[in-house]
Amino acid sequence: MKRIASLLTACAMVCSMGLGLTGCGKSSESEEVTKKNIKIGLICLHDENSTYDLNFINAMEKAKEDLGLSDDQVIIKSNIPETNECKEAAADLVDRGCNIIFADSFGHEPYVLEVAKDNPDVEFCHATGTMAHTENTGNFHNAFASIYEGRYLAGIAAGMKLDEMIDAGTITAEQAVIGYVGAYTYAEVISGYTSFYLGAKSVCPSATMKVQFTGSWYDETAEKEAATTLIANDCVLISQHADSMGAPTACENAGVPNVSYNGSTVDSCPNTFIVSSRIDWSPYYEYAVNCVLDGKEIDNDWVGTLSTDSVQLTAVNDKAAAAGTQAALDEASAKLKDGSVHVFDTSTFTVDGSALTSYKADVDTDEDYTPDTEVISDGYFHESEYRSAPYFDVNIDGITQLNTMF
Amino acid sequence: MSQNKHTKEPLFHIVKRGSIVWWKAWLIRAAAIVLALVVSGIVTYFLTKEDPLRIYATMIDGAFGTERRIWGLLQNISMLLCVSVAVTPAFKMRFWNIGAEGQVLVGGLATAACMIQLGDKLPDILLLIVMLITSIAAGAVWAVIPAVFRANWQTNETLFTLMMNYIAIQLVAFFTFKWSVPKGSGQVGVINRLTHAGWLPSIGGYDYLMNIIVVLLLTVGMYVYLKFTKHGYEIAVVGESENTARYIGIPIKKVIIRTMLISGAVCGLAGLLLVAGTDHTISRDTAAGRGFTAIMVSWLAKFNTLFMILTAFLIVFLEKGATEISTSFGLNDSFSEIITGIIIFFIIGCEFFIQYSVKRTKKEAAK
Repeated sequence: MKRIASLLTACAMVCSMGLGLTGCGKSSESEEVTKKNIKIGLICLHDENSTYDLNFINAMEKAKEDLGLSDDQVIIKSNIPETNECKEAAADLVDRGCNIIFADSFGHEPYVLEVAKDNPDVEFCHATGTMAHTENTGNFHNAFASIYEGRYLAGIAAGMKLDEMIDAGTITAEQAVIGYVGAYTYAEVISGYTSFYLGAKSVCPSATMKVQFTGSWYDETAEKEAATTLIANDCVLISQHADSMGAPTACENAGVPNVSYNGSTVDSCPNTFIVSSRIDWSPYYEYAVNCVLDGKEIDNDWVGTLSTDSVQLTAVNDKAAAAGTQAALDEASAKLKDGSVHVFDTSTFTVDGSALTSYKADVDTDEDYTPDTEVISDGYFHESEYRSAPYFDVNIDGITQLNTMF
Repeated sequence: MSQNKHTKEPLFHIVKRGSIVWWKAWLIRAAAIVLALVVSGIVTYFLTKEDPLRIYATMIDGAFGTERRIWGLLQNISMLLCVSVAVTPAFKMRFWNIGAEGQVLVGGLATAACMIQLGDKLPDILLLIVMLITSIAAGAVWAVIPAVFRANWQTNETLFTLMMNYIAIQLVAFFTFKWSVPKGSGQVGVINRLTHAGWLPSIGGYDYLMNIIVVLLLTVGMYVYLKFTKHGYEIAVVGESENTARYIGIPIKKVIIRTMLISGAVCGLAGLLLVAGTDHTISRDTAAGRGFTAIMVSWLAKFNTLFMILTAFLIVFLEKGATEISTSFGLNDSFSEIITGIIIFFIIGCEFFIQYSVKRTKKEAAK
């Protein structure tokens, strides 16, 4: 009886394979893409339970509304790991007739790229990736936002909080130590915490920073533990670049002010949340979709800025923030927009005691991390100009990495 | 049965079946699936107000809708089947190897290490041979460590193999950081993306056919090994009773270690198939929980590897279908997991009715 069952199964497998072989054969559509028939795909690493992915999903919903598309024109695939499953998911979206496909996680890139090469008629847009400008396939694109500007502004809010504590006599100027929970010693993280620190330092010159890495983009326990370690190491204000509620929760429990990321955490942390920076991806989605509709080429590397509304700050929580924070943020934001202030102005920081006058960054990704592009000119480090993803990976004075194994 | 005449006898009682005709067993199983579908239909309707039939149709579409999906389904079945086949000899011996996840991961890690370190140094054939040997060796070593401890010092193999998983996961985490591209990202990326060095060849243009064929051969091979060889007999006896095994002169220690070597070796091979055959990268997600799901697949099939084709198919079909539901209906993944849970509950539950029969209590029987 068992043999019969297995025989049947084997037959079923063979039959379904046979069916599969004869079944398909994609017809090339010559139909013009319009607002009525365009189809958009989005591949997400997790689902809406992760703040990171939620940010992408919300942006897609907003773009859908702004563009006036119907629900069935957008297909969102969530919980797609950074493995061959991603390739399957992207190819499946192509099969379903998507004209443009977005992916939200760094590790999706090589798999999406592979599918892009096989489907030159479909546009593929990958957030946070680095390979579009060297691959030049014509239909594979990277995008990011100048989130370092948002971090810089958030840093100003942090610096003002430190100043307030110094003025109130709670801490001395030397005790103005910021703690930062980072995921990996990756350029995106280093760029993020350095810009945050420079923002804080621009209003509180005595500020220093300690960074603790977790070795994961999402690990609530590790992030909470890292924040607790930093607080125990005399850090009086915490910020983080990791996607869980770990660090904000630890801050709320300890009563330590927190500058958050990806969105407001004021609901869970009403007493300690100051402000949060985040990327709004909807301007990019709308730009890219409009390019497809208008038959225009999508930029290989697109960088959203404060001006495109891609970089955003949440509302300031007056309960935790220093007085006058919002006004200071508005002023600094205007200066960043008109270019009179640059975040990575080389006159504002030193490396090993001296100013940085030249730096070659690894802009073209390779396995040996070969530095290939001079990125300092006109007195500042040109972040996200030679490719969209950040490449600032310099360790500047004033910031101590407590653990660098990640 | 009871001295007290006033005790109320239950309306039904349960009797262990001596044996059951095969068609009856299958009738019970079919009934369980129908019931499972009805119950999940009701749950679906009350939770989401969606038409259950449409949901089931979507599940089928998710698994079989296109040629690509069928291939994806077959690939996933074969990988789950591979790990299930791997854990089976140990289970048959009543050695609770729940370390398959780790054994697959170290196999994958060894494969990735060869691809990265030797990719441009060895000709392809030689590289594939080295990968095959190292991945199988890595999986076998990972499995044989707890086996040696169990055989010689009676350590608890469940805890030991479980802990070995965490070591494997952290090892993989360490190396993915060390090999990450770009620097510090914690992602290895696709290994040898341009040269394809160390990638398993596709057969007739089908990327997954190689994996499927290898796993089918393994499945049949393991069936024969367990059913028709002396080794297989020894495994069964040691599993039934170590004392009997000792009495008839089976070298228990040797059987335990040998069987776990085989179990680990097949896991290591699964790691090779995953890394070199499909993912072409290594990460903590490489095994994707298959090491644990395989336990269920193996049990459901009562350790018969040919049956496992069916049970692996069932699990993968449910997974694929569930994913499709969450995409098409915009429902959270948790919802599809509820459905999967209900269906598996019924399928496991029906085995009870195959083992036991429920009889109506007769008045006389109460004496």
